[in-house]
Amino acid sequence: MSDTNTTPVAFVRDAMLPEQAAPITAAGPLAWIKKNLFDGWFNSILTIVAIYFIYLIVSGAFPWFYNGVWTTDSLAECREILQGKTGGCFSVLTERWPQLLFGFKYPSEEYWRPTIAFFALFVAVAPVLFNKLPRKLLIVTAIFPFAAFWLIWGGSILVPIMVAVGLIVGYVVFTRLVYQSSAMGMIGGLVATVAVWMLSGYITDPLSGFLALEPVPSRDMGGFMLNFILGVTCVSLSLPLGILLALGRQSDMLIIKWICVVFIEFIRGVPLITLLFVANVVLGYFLPPGTNFDLILRVIIMITMFSAAYIAEVVRGGLAALPKGQAEAAGSLGLDYAQSMRLIILPQALKISIPGIVNVAVGLFKDTVLVSVISMFDLVGMIRGPILASTEWNGVYWELWLAAVLFFFPICYGISQYSQWLERQLATGHR
Amino acid sequence: MTTLSDPPKGGFRLSMLINDTRYRSYTFQFIALIALIAAFGYLGSNLVANLKAAGLNISYRFLGEPAGYDINQRLIEYTSQSTHLRAAMVGALNTLLVAVVACFFATIIGVIVGVLRLSKNWLVNKLMGVYVEIFRNVPVLIWILIIMAVFVAVLPQPREFRGDDATASMVLGSFAFTGRGFYFPKPVFGPGSMIVVLTFIASLVGIWGYRRYAKQQLFDHGRMVSTLWPSIGLFFVPTILMFFIMGQPITLDYPALKGFNFQGGIYARNSFIALTFALSIYTAAFIAENVRAGILAISTGQTEAAASLGLRPGRIMNLVILPQALRVIIPPLISQYLNITKNSSLAIAVGYMDITGTLGGITLNQTGRAIETVLLLMAFYLIISLSISAVMNVYNNSVKLKER
Repeated sequence: MSDTNTTPVAFVRDAMLPEQAAPITAAGPLAWIKKNLFDGWFNSILTIVAIYFIYLIVSGAFPWFYNGVWTTDSLAECREILQGKTGGCFSVLTERWPQLLFGFKYPSEEYWRPTIAFFALFVAVAPVLFNKLPRKLLIVTAIFPFAAFWLIWGGSILVPIMVAVGLIVGYVVFTRLVYQSSAMGMIGGLVATVAVWMLSGYITDPLSGFLALEPVPSRDMGGFMLNFILGVTCVSLSLPLGILLALGRQSDMLIIKWICVVFIEFIRGVPLITLLFVANVVLGYFLPPGTNFDLILRVIIMITMFSAAYIAEVVRGGLAALPKGQAEAAGSLGLDYAQSMRLIILPQALKISIPGIVNVAVGLFKDTVLVSVISMFDLVGMIRGPILASTEWNGVYWELWLAAVLFFFPICYGISQYSQWLERQLATGHR
Repeated sequence: MTTLSDPPKGGFRLSMLINDTRYRSYTFQFIALIALIAAFGYLGSNLVANLKAAGLNISYRFLGEPAGYDINQRLIEYTSQSTHLRAAMVGALNTLLVAVVACFFATIIGVIVGVLRLSKNWLVNKLMGVYVEIFRNVPVLIWILIIMAVFVAVLPQPREFRGDDATASMVLGSFAFTGRGFYFPKPVFGPGSMIVVLTFIASLVGIWGYRRYAKQQLFDHGRMVSTLWPSIGLFFVPTILMFFIMGQPITLDYPALKGFNFQGGIYARNSFIALTFALSIYTAAFIAENVRAGILAISTGQTEAAASLGLRPGRIMNLVILPQALRVIIPPLISQYLNITKNSSLAIAVGYMDITGTLGGITLNQTGRAIETVLLLMAFYLIISLSISAVMNVYNNSVKLKER
């Protein structure tokens, strides 16, 4: 005890002071700005440069959008209305909108058909993309390819129906025989399918007018629709082919392994454009004399092969990432090769490779514009050919290319965001 | 003594070809081989029949015939009287030129953007994110065409440089950026310039030797020898000295406006510039993601451990982070280089005469030899791809984590 305690204390605070707001430099927007934008001289310079850059873009683009003309019939009229002001001539988009979407040959009274197919695509793809949706929607997915073919190309509905019947019969035969042996199942299914297809020729030929839509030949397809057709078809066809190639590359059978290796490395080593040249000018020489394959079909074949090689490499990565114990465990349960692949290995390997597959799909969808080089009129082909070469719109670059960017960006960006989302969903924490 | 797992004894039965796993793979391979031969035979017979019907044959003799068309950009001597083979070589060199230049710029832009994406500066971070996403998600062909259109539309034409009231002027009096292309000063090597060049090469060797020596000193004796300033000195001083001793043999040929166009200097055609630029910024977006992923792959523990050893931030980057990040970055980087090379075939869309434009374009159209030209074209790209992947494999093996 010291005597300090005995002296009376002049003041003792007996109540809490009210909380004060944090100093303006430590919290709130100013602090955020200081911390994130002006933290040190280097950061400040970066910020100022960035702001200047944004200013340049906005100051250039804003009047262009704001003064934009949407309702004229030619560039000359646009210029008349603008009278020297900066402004976009967006009327090229409104006037040529159907051409950008469907090409310049697709009959305009039939535009509703690809439009329905386009929206049906989302319904068909949704249950595949999102697990939470009711599984019954998968029926739409199964029907979609045949319905879309019928809608876009027209002709009798019997053709896609018979193709579907062939596949169903093949599947039924497969499920019957697969319990005896996987190889038997596959061969049996294949034979049954082909048999039904061959027989169905006798039905579709005489009844070619049954529930028929106006047929549209492939060479009339164009615009963004063509990009979409190529992208969707080739991705869906190349997925099974790519998986087969990946399995073949992993196989112990030397000949099969080397066939797959050579195929994959060859396709991956050449640019897509040379493969399109093959489709355009070379492939015809290798087909039976007298047959005349559609150009679009030849292109689909080549692009499918192209993306299958890339998907095979992605799937191979997924297969390699699986511990060997999985295959051994499957074997010790008595599963044969096909069963262990179907039930044990592939579901896990594909899960790992989903982001890669989606990347390939996005790349493939972007690459579909290359068909404009072999004078097919997809979106880019339409812009470079009929639209920019026309007397009305010769010289409208920015608006058209901006439209092209806006066509592709949301789709590709959306798909890649989806794949990141899916990756997070599928992350089970252990691999 | 036999156990249950011993294979059943007995003679070979035909059904074992399908049911016995020891022989089944041979059956499958045999079937595959037959199918392959049958497929090739079928395609081959179709080919023969089609060629016969068209009155054609497979022959590479056209390569020796005069091409008869001009190529506007050539790195080697070429006239319209040269052979198709020569035209293909000019195209191949043009492809390689575009690929190398685009790889160079794509790497620089990509690394800068990748590092800036990790910046703490919110605005820069987001801006770079926008750049990467926009360029990655739109086809490169569209970028090439956009940039070509922008070059032609925005940059001044040569005639605007002419006269007293010229609306455009050359940068620094020696660089002209026109809608037709860029003009640069061109070095002219006079007599004696060989010695200057040799001096420069010798000084490069000197720098390499000196750095080796410095490293050895550090490892053997623990002495830190300064390398930065001696290297810079070695780089500049002997060459500049020799340049003046020899009486300035290397001069610059400046482009100058003569008539309707610029003459002299190095002329880079607008198609070349647009193609290179578009490929660079498109691929840079991918490279930026690779760089970012590579740096993020190094755990912060590495940085902290290095810091706790007392290393300065610069040295942490150089000695700890980068060597590890590079192992992650380089393989995808090289496959991006491969993509640039393959995408450079899109030159055909802007009229740049690469090998797709000469061999796969005009030669094909003129001679009608589709199969031969496309095969040669594929072989060219295949050789490049395979050699780049071979380099990559060697590199991958050399930096592979040495697991013990």
